[in-house]
Amino acid sequence: MMLTLLVVAGWPLARTIWFGFTDASLGNLDEARWVGFANYLEWFDYGDGEGEWFGLLADEQWWRAVWNTLYFAFVTVSIETALGLIIALALNQKFPFRGLVRAAVLIPWAIPTIVSAKMWAWMLNDQFGIINDLFLRLGLISAPVAWVASADTAMIAVMIVDIWKTTPFMALLILAGLQMIPEDIYEAARVDGVHPLKVFREVTLPLVAPALLVAVIFRALDALRVFDIIYVMTPNNSETRTMSVLAQENLFQFDQFAYGSAASTMLFLVVALVTLGYIRVARLDLGSGR
Amino acid sequence: MKALKAAGFWALIAAILLFALFPFYYAILTSLESGTAIFTPNYLPEAFDLSNYTFVLGQGVFGRNVLNSILVATLTVAISLGLGLTAAFALARIPFRGRGLMLMTILSVSMFPQIAVLAGLFETVRALGLYNSHGALIFSYMIFTLPFTVWVLTTFMRDLPKEVEEAAIMDGASPFVIVTRVFLPLMWPAMATTGLLAFIQAWNEFLFALTFVSSAEMRTAPVAIALISGASAQETPWGPIMAASVTVTMPLVILVLIFQRRIVAGLTAGGVKG
Repeated sequence: MMLTLLVVAGWPLARTIWFGFTDASLGNLDEARWVGFANYLEWFDYGDGEGEWFGLLADEQWWRAVWNTLYFAFVTVSIETALGLIIALALNQKFPFRGLVRAAVLIPWAIPTIVSAKMWAWMLNDQFGIINDLFLRLGLISAPVAWVASADTAMIAVMIVDIWKTTPFMALLILAGLQMIPEDIYEAARVDGVHPLKVFREVTLPLVAPALLVAVIFRALDALRVFDIIYVMTPNNSETRTMSVLAQENLFQFDQFAYGSAASTMLFLVVALVTLGYIRVARLDLGSGR
Repeated sequence: MKALKAAGFWALIAAILLFALFPFYYAILTSLESGTAIFTPNYLPEAFDLSNYTFVLGQGVFGRNVLNSILVATLTVAISLGLGLTAAFALARIPFRGRGLMLMTILSVSMFPQIAVLAGLFETVRALGLYNSHGALIFSYMIFTLPFTVWVLTTFMRDLPKEVEEAAIMDGASPFVIVTRVFLPLMWPAMATTGLLAFIQAWNEFLFALTFVSSAEMRTAPVAIALISGASAQETPWGPIMAASVTVTMPLVILVLIFQRRIVAGLTAGGVKG
């Protein structure tokens, strides 16, 4: 198992980092030469005392992508956690047809990301989309909005898709946590006449917290590497271009394999930093073996 | 007051259902319309026209793409559950030095952004001669299904009462028997959950499938859908796209409906909670 992981993860990661320091291109991976930090930052001298900084760290598009990614991850994960908790609490109640409702909630999560992106792109279509039609009828907007195409709303559009698609995952993980809470505790609270809100705050929340924190980290890691939604819904749009999209474009479309590798390496570092920070803050109990 | 509460609760359930189901419902609706009917938004079914489906499945290689997806996802799940279960047993039950470190490593692999290994994996896949084959995808999908499977199964196994296993050891069972006869039945709900998650992850995967496969007939269904396009950018063929989307999603929806019972039954069964 560890060997498999080493081959599919460790080695490729090391190679990616190495490519980041070379002048590799898609055509001649074998003849890549070491160029040091040139892909990251390099002073290009024009010869007359003038010059300019080049490289990833001087690239405005890169910093834009970093910001887009962090913004996207923070907003979507926050909303997904809140919605997921509400749905999990509702589904934890006993009511007729609960099984059916649970199954229905899982459907968005089962739908491939590409399909959800396409479905929403269609629903958000500026001329024929049902969202514009609905909003116009309800009087929420006065003219059709080009959700996906216009710069102001493109980010909102991709966020909606992500939230729609992954909230069920969140709800499922939280629900699993909720169901681990023994019934007797609620029974005791009810007998003692404790207010439901207080029960939620002092019994449910602390007990479900471990499941919640793990769910949040899984989602955050996923959101930080978001690629497919954005690639499919808003290609070539600097308003939504995330780090993953930027790296993939450089690797396989712009024939800048080395530059893309450098971007991938930086993405890895950013994600690692965020994760370590989160584990520190949330004091996740990993592997202490209990 | 009580009636009001119940009404509020059902309104919440209705809102959740609407939120969850409407896009898929609308995709089905669109896929059954053709011609100009597609371009007038309607909320209730008005047509039942299968021409989009015959178009998508009848021409090109889309049917082949769906088969590719099924094959790749199934093999990925089988391999990662097999490897994951044995690894989880070791990590949760057998005390050895560096166990915590190992779990940390596995977690850090699950945190690998796929893009970070993309360049290196591309080289590896080419070196192994797997480029443009199912093997490339099954191989590369291990990177996200395996850590997840191990992680969830380990957490679940750690929560199982030790007495179960101690009783088995007392009776002289070997580790292999313990895994297959004692843990497997108890782990079934967790296996179903993780297996389903892994399957859906593999089925949904886009980045690797886009990068490691170049020919149309080897593509998986999501990539094929993403690449359906019209004669020009203005003429996106929404009807066929929606038909293809529904085709790809239906098996998953059915799978979720079947597995749903197992997941709920498994999680609520009193046997494990003790």
